[in-house]
Amino acid sequence: MGKLSLLGPFSAIKFLFRKPKTLRFPFEQKETAARYRGFHLNDWDKCTGCGNCADICPNEAIIMEVHPEIKAVPENGEKNERPKLDYGRCCFCGLCVDICPPGSLSLSRDYLHIHFDPDTFVFTPRDDNADDKAFVPDEQYSILKASLSHRKRDYEGFSSDMDFALFNPDRVEMPEIPPDERKMSFIEQVTGYNQEEAVKEAQRCLECRLCEEACPAHLKISDYIKAIYDGEPAESLRIIYEDNPIPSICGRICMKHCEDACSLRLRGEALSIRWLKRYAADTIKDFKETLEQNPGSYTGKKVAVVGAGPGGLSLAYFLKLMGHDVVVFDELSGGGGIVRVGPPRYRLPEESIDKDVDYIASLGVDFRFNTRIGRDVEFEKLMSEYDAVYIGIGNTVSRSTRVENSEKCLLALDYLEQNKTDRKNIVTEKIIVIGGGNVAMDVARESLRLQNIQHTGKNTVVSMVSLEDWDELPATQEEIDEARDEGIVFNPAWGPKKVILDDFGKVKGLLCMKVKSVFDEEGKFSPTFYEGREMVIEGTMIVEAIGQGPDYSFIPKSLMEKIEFTVRRKLKVDENGMTTLPGVFAGGDIVNINMDAVTAIADAKIASEGINSWMSR
Amino acid sequence: MRELELYYGPQHLGMVGNFSLTLQVEGDKILKASANPGYLHRGFEKLMEKRSWIKNFPMVCRINVIEPDSMEMIYSMGVEKLAGIEVPERAHFIRSIFLELARVGSHLFGLWAYANMLGFDTVAQWAMYHRDLVLDLFEELTGGRVYHIYIWPGGVRRDFPEGFKDKIVKTLHTIGGCVPDYDSTFFNNRLFYERACNVGKVSRAEAMEMGGVGQVIRATGMAYDIRKVEPYAAYDRVPWNVPTRKEGDAFSRIWIVRDEMIESVHMIFKLLDEMPEGNVYNRIPNPFKWRIPEGEAYVRCESSRGELGLYMVSDGGKEPYRAHFRTPSYSHGLTVLEKALEGANISDVGNIMMSLYVVAPEIDR
Repeated sequence: MGKLSLLGPFSAIKFLFRKPKTLRFPFEQKETAARYRGFHLNDWDKCTGCGNCADICPNEAIIMEVHPEIKAVPENGEKNERPKLDYGRCCFCGLCVDICPPGSLSLSRDYLHIHFDPDTFVFTPRDDNADDKAFVPDEQYSILKASLSHRKRDYEGFSSDMDFALFNPDRVEMPEIPPDERKMSFIEQVTGYNQEEAVKEAQRCLECRLCEEACPAHLKISDYIKAIYDGEPAESLRIIYEDNPIPSICGRICMKHCEDACSLRLRGEALSIRWLKRYAADTIKDFKETLEQNPGSYTGKKVAVVGAGPGGLSLAYFLKLMGHDVVVFDELSGGGGIVRVGPPRYRLPEESIDKDVDYIASLGVDFRFNTRIGRDVEFEKLMSEYDAVYIGIGNTVSRSTRVENSEKCLLALDYLEQNKTDRKNIVTEKIIVIGGGNVAMDVARESLRLQNIQHTGKNTVVSMVSLEDWDELPATQEEIDEARDEGIVFNPAWGPKKVILDDFGKVKGLLCMKVKSVFDEEGKFSPTFYEGREMVIEGTMIVEAIGQGPDYSFIPKSLMEKIEFTVRRKLKVDENGMTTLPGVFAGGDIVNINMDAVTAIADAKIASEGINSWMSR
Repeated sequence: MRELELYYGPQHLGMVGNFSLTLQVEGDKILKASANPGYLHRGFEKLMEKRSWIKNFPMVCRINVIEPDSMEMIYSMGVEKLAGIEVPERAHFIRSIFLELARVGSHLFGLWAYANMLGFDTVAQWAMYHRDLVLDLFEELTGGRVYHIYIWPGGVRRDFPEGFKDKIVKTLHTIGGCVPDYDSTFFNNRLFYERACNVGKVSRAEAMEMGGVGQVIRATGMAYDIRKVEPYAAYDRVPWNVPTRKEGDAFSRIWIVRDEMIESVHMIFKLLDEMPEGNVYNRIPNPFKWRIPEGEAYVRCESSRGELGLYMVSDGGKEPYRAHFRTPSYSHGLTVLEKALEGANISDVGNIMMSLYVVAPEIDR
């Protein structure tokens, strides 16, 4: 404390002669800071309409509004909704910016809105790329016109920063057997989440439900993941069973369209939805006890299902719960159909298939295995004895390249099927696999394992030849990466020309041509090759895995003529899943362009409703 | 002489906000004063029970308009204690620097109110201008001028922008350079001394009994400061002093406000020197699924007006089961003020109230 004075204060008089500090608004303005939290900007091209901004808004200032002019693409996780702000409620906290998974939302440095109409405070934000009229360059900007429809260009303020994002972009790593170890046997590659890992992964889910629209079977993904997070895997399983009765199978081999739509993938890794489903299915040991389901009261109707694949199994389950009698025919010795034959043990062990099939059988579904329609039972008999028939046969016949000497090659499905029996294929040290899809990957990776078992320590090689180049390979990236990690040699963009035989008529190698392009200008499959660019791949065993087709030989000619097909050679069905033959329904790979288990389940769900109303008509 | 009941506020120029007093007066002398809070009750504590942990974060700061930052701090401390969240070291330093800036800003605002009340308009306008310079810093760091919504559980919301350290130093030098002017015009002004000395006296025993904290208790010679008693953020990383005085009157309380500002500025310089590199935020769990384990926590920090406490209970759910704030203005504005007004002159009501640094929104919440 200094000396008290009465005259001291007069020293302040000097300030009379200084320049004033006050800004003469609006003629003098102050620039807002670079991080200013003003009005919203939203990049509609990036925005997916997930609605997380609306969910986190503490003032409920944001609602999601449908814009019909935007094309919704559910399989990519894109909705046609965009956030709409009520600036009467907004507190400019910016939580919406920090939660925004695509990072499309940001706040601008504008904060002035002068208008006679209070309704203009309700506003759908866009960014300066979209609106030339509202966003003007600096020299055209006038503060006297400042409003939501007169703003500065390039005036972004508080914007998204991944270090401070409210969501977690990193998934919990799935424990995996390393490539060098797993390629020596058929041990299951991924070991599955434990409870702690599953809860931690489930916690990442933002509950925006984009995945549910992308899933062909529309599983209630958010709900079952929430149940896992709540530590209730039993509840989770119950929710899964509402739409998908084969969780142990789908938890391993689902094509996970959901994860392609997950909003977390936009700036991080998608939620491991498939592995979480697997966790729920594996954690619950006894489905019967947990699900406490009983077949519906008996209706007196009988349905025959041809094929016990994912579609047939699901249909049987749904119809049984409605109270119908269901008989499932399959030529294999167990349930699962193609998933029993195709996916190798390291991806889908038989025990997991049986767990799902056994549960469906326990509900009272009658399975007739080792029974081939057309051979053991006539198809007409099914049509006359049952109230409805469902064809879920899938694609069971492997296609051949039909190049010279291709009859010396093995076919993918036969090869895979035999590996599932006790008499596994005897493989050679040099194997060539033709094809670039997931089945080809299965064949190659199984071959590698068989080589390592049968020729331990020897210098073995599995070469893949595919028409498609790296970026076009139809197999999933995951499969390609894993196959490369295991040491499979890829020869992308090479097409087979001729199988080379030695003097004894045994396979010696494959003559290949360099591919110029696989598809023509219209996107149709029509490969072209470079003249004269050829190479020989050495190999003493060749497996062709270039695709599969259906086998309709069980349907008599007279009926076959009445069945209509689409231009892409798929069975034609109506919105209830019924073919052009009354009372005969179909679904799965023989109907869909998108050939996978979960799409077959979706078909089965539709067909079960269709069959139910058909029979009670 | 005839007794008279006099209503002072809420519509009164000398009032601190939506708050009023009923005075029993005899002539100019106040016989008894009773405070009437409740004009500004917004039900924050109840609201908090209905909103998720993250949605409370942009709201708690609104409890106190003058210094929202200590509210953010105490909420984050509470959540961190309940949920066991670690805060990075750099974030501790940024929090301390940020809170000291907030203290300077808040004290300048308080000085404006007090000087204005006594009619020292020149000083009041200086204080307001200098507060605006501090707000410019906040705007640059957080994007907001008044409600910064910056300190959140797990750390702070953004790191310092480029060149921000220099800006802090420059701004604080600008303000600090005016201390001689403030002193000669106000703090050493004989008129201020005459108006404030021996006015609104509160003894240490009275202050302790009535829950006086902050300047009220420090003006009675007790160096009670939560930053020293129970250090949080980075307050134990650098040396600093707690300014005290002995008189316990309005004059000494305002002088403590001045000394504290200077101490804060020195502390910021030291913290800026010591500040480590590193990240400033440990990610909190997904806010839509965030549950905090069952438990209760009491945390406290030193706001610009004294000890601020938060008692928060979680029942393991998505929102707090109960939250209760112990705000300094609650005891200062109700019990201490009523006591200090007894026997005072009507013309000193505003003087005493402002020197107690009563902030009405804090009383009601």
